[in-house]
Amino acid sequence: MAQNLQKLKYDVVIVGAGGAGLRAAVEARESGLSVAIVCKSLFGKAHTVMAEGGAAASMGNANSNDNWMVHFRDTMRGGKFLNHYRMAELHAKESPDRIWELEMWGALFDRTSEGKISQRNFGGHEYPRLAHVGDRTGLELIRTMQQKIVALQQKDAREFGDAESKLKVFAELTITEVLKENGKVAGVYGYWRENGDEVLIEAPAVVIATGGVGKTFKITSNSWEGTGDGHALALKAGASLKDMEFLQFHPTGMVWPPSVRGILVTESVRGEGGVLTNNKGERFMFNYIPEVFKDKYATTEEEADRWYTDQDNNRRPPELLPRDEVARAINAEVKAGRGTEHGGVFLDVSKRLSAEVIKKRLPSMWHQFYELAGVDITKEPMEVGPTCHYVMGGVDVEPDTAAAIGVPGLFAAGEVAGGMHGSNRLGGNSLSDLLVFGRRAGMGAAEYVKSNGANPVSDATVQAAAGRIQAPFTHEGGENAYSLHQELQEVAHNLVGIIRTGSELKEAIEKIADIRKRSLKVSVAGDRKFNPGFHLAFDLDNMLLVAESTAKSAILREESRGGHTRDDFPGMSNTWRQVNHIASYNGSEVVVTPKPLPPLPKELFDLFDVHELEKYMTPEEIAKGGAN
Amino acid sequence: MTRKLNLRIWRGDSTDGGLKDVVVDVNEGEVVLDVIHRVQATQMGDLAVRWNCKAGKCGSCSMEINGKPRLACMTQVASFDEDETITVTPLRAFPIIKDLVTDVSFNYKKAMEIPAYEHPAELGPGEARMEQIDVERSQEFRKCIECFLCQNTCHVIRDHEENKKSFAGPRFFIRIAELDMHPLDRLKNRKRTAQEEHGLGMCNITKCCTEVCPEHIRITDNAIIPMKERVVDIKYDPARMFSGLLRREKRD
Repeated sequence: MAQNLQKLKYDVVIVGAGGAGLRAAVEARESGLSVAIVCKSLFGKAHTVMAEGGAAASMGNANSNDNWMVHFRDTMRGGKFLNHYRMAELHAKESPDRIWELEMWGALFDRTSEGKISQRNFGGHEYPRLAHVGDRTGLELIRTMQQKIVALQQKDAREFGDAESKLKVFAELTITEVLKENGKVAGVYGYWRENGDEVLIEAPAVVIATGGVGKTFKITSNSWEGTGDGHALALKAGASLKDMEFLQFHPTGMVWPPSVRGILVTESVRGEGGVLTNNKGERFMFNYIPEVFKDKYATTEEEADRWYTDQDNNRRPPELLPRDEVARAINAEVKAGRGTEHGGVFLDVSKRLSAEVIKKRLPSMWHQFYELAGVDITKEPMEVGPTCHYVMGGVDVEPDTAAAIGVPGLFAAGEVAGGMHGSNRLGGNSLSDLLVFGRRAGMGAAEYVKSNGANPVSDATVQAAAGRIQAPFTHEGGENAYSLHQELQEVAHNLVGIIRTGSELKEAIEKIADIRKRSLKVSVAGDRKFNPGFHLAFDLDNMLLVAESTAKSAILREESRGGHTRDDFPGMSNTWRQVNHIASYNGSEVVVTPKPLPPLPKELFDLFDVHELEKYMTPEEIAKGGAN
Repeated sequence: MTRKLNLRIWRGDSTDGGLKDVVVDVNEGEVVLDVIHRVQATQMGDLAVRWNCKAGKCGSCSMEINGKPRLACMTQVASFDEDETITVTPLRAFPIIKDLVTDVSFNYKKAMEIPAYEHPAELGPGEARMEQIDVERSQEFRKCIECFLCQNTCHVIRDHEENKKSFAGPRFFIRIAELDMHPLDRLKNRKRTAQEEHGLGMCNITKCCTEVCPEHIRITDNAIIPMKERVVDIKYDPARMFSGLLRREKRD
């Protein structure tokens, strides 16, 4: 029996109120539909607030040579050409409009001397491209959209007499299932975190925008919300997850003190001139420039230093290599015994910039180190190391509509969607991804609802969903969700982490299966009222499905590429580049199958120098010269 | 390096509750939120606490620590004496849901009452030009992480529930100030409505809000006082008073 079941009806339900979810909500509402936004925490607290560096868009304000084609090329290079070309293309073309749109909604980005939106350098981007607000760009993004939602509600209040009649935010509500009838989406089911009462929201279209999976790992920059809910909801609803082996370990997380372990140190620190050194004082990144990037990065400290003032005549410092390269380099230095006392390396910005400039350009970082760690970064170096930051893999979607393949009525956007970033995401491409595909998901859902109409949920479906929520209270003497979660984090961190091998992945798959078996009997203390133990029981199931998808995809991919490094297959393989891994759920376990990657069409193929493509593609692909 | 800490936690709900004492391990460098999480994981599985980023950026873990409104993630255990008992209680100005979690919906209602930004119709995408120095004034207020500690500490509502209806609170005074100082916003009379509709006049500038702000926003000096001064300027401007008199005479 459902506890105090509340029944609601909307045209579109958005699960997740971060950047992608809010942008989708704005689009769906502006197309005339009624929209429910569901968030697991309070409105405006989503993990998007943590994004520091900026949003990449080729507006060309800082360097007029920039355009969508350069951005597209950078994105494909960063993703080692495993990206879905169409997503990377749409993203590069539409990002500038999405940034300007935020400005028209009241956002206040930092300015150039001409009064345009300022753009900063970032790893992997050829030109200064990141629109930013100091180092709190994510907060600006989410607050602007939060306030846009309020503006739409005020408009509805004037028109319909009720601000929440067509657009309503449901805060602190957890969704446990996407419901289907007749093979199509019919709504969502969940419970209020406050009291455990249950909610059914009937809606023919559901947009999943739940973000990432970091809490599966021991060291992560993600908040408690990053438990892969949307990945698991989509899997259970019959959708597939693409390329779940690719996880981004951000190279610079705080490593000391333990209470702040994992918290991010923005890449802007390196963009503004921060250098990485080992315990011998060596600037080690010069030893880790990979072959494919040899002609794009400085090979001497002198040239790297000159780049900060003269970017046209010098190559960029290797500290600004894509994230996967920097993370692996730090990992290798620490493993070789050249790390700091607490297992990191040094990141120093104090030698190049004055205290005043540091506090002006990196205010949150100064604040974060001073208040959380007692370190004054204007005087001393930071200790940093890799932290699980972002999942490139995610729901397999149609690029133009963000529709989840295989489940009519289901859409996904933002970190939870796969394909856009290939095997590795460039910094700054996440905030723009949220905006571009959040909007497209909102449009896709709106068009779907207009041509399909309502799809009522049956009582039997509701009863089954209610039964699953009650389950943890009926198990007596089962294990505690906290300890199982810790066990999973250890397995994921040690065996499915930044460096992987076949034998360890095999062990991981067995251990995850064992934890999953035990998790089915998790028991919960207390009642349903704001009970974190009860909440974790559901999050745990989601994280287990994510970890299983990641481990099973990783064991199949016998190469190293982007956010997937195999110690037993260290090279990048041009034949593996043609393969996506598609994970699906058969009701008891995750099954991973290979699928051919859609080939680059001729007009996009021709944007590259063919010699560059030869590093990534097979001779047959090169001979073909792109698809027609 | 691990030591024992005496922690006193308020537990209960809207009907009943009280302080409970626990002894918990604490390690070097830990903040109060770490210790609360340890209690949750080892002694009280159903202890309710709100948190998200654990880095002082989302403003979720607001509570009162030894009576002071603070973010638990930004409060170092080492900032207290070793033998001192740390007492954590829920925000006092808002209704309790459970343990350390309160119902902060008051703030979201007030947010809805502030008229939105109005962009100049003639400026299309990418056409806006603003000087850095002009955006910085509003940017200071846009640093707000909505922890609502300023709302909680403001005695206009903390001690007077009846004022909640007519008083938006410091968080929303900086929102109005931010829009008022926005170089492009087209909506007129923001200062006047701050006074007449959002209760700006009830603030008597004790600066408690500024003191608790984890983002160090100068709420009183940079937002509230300048708006109060402008309201007074407008209200007692001799030229405006004179033209007002003329209008009244005409009407008569």
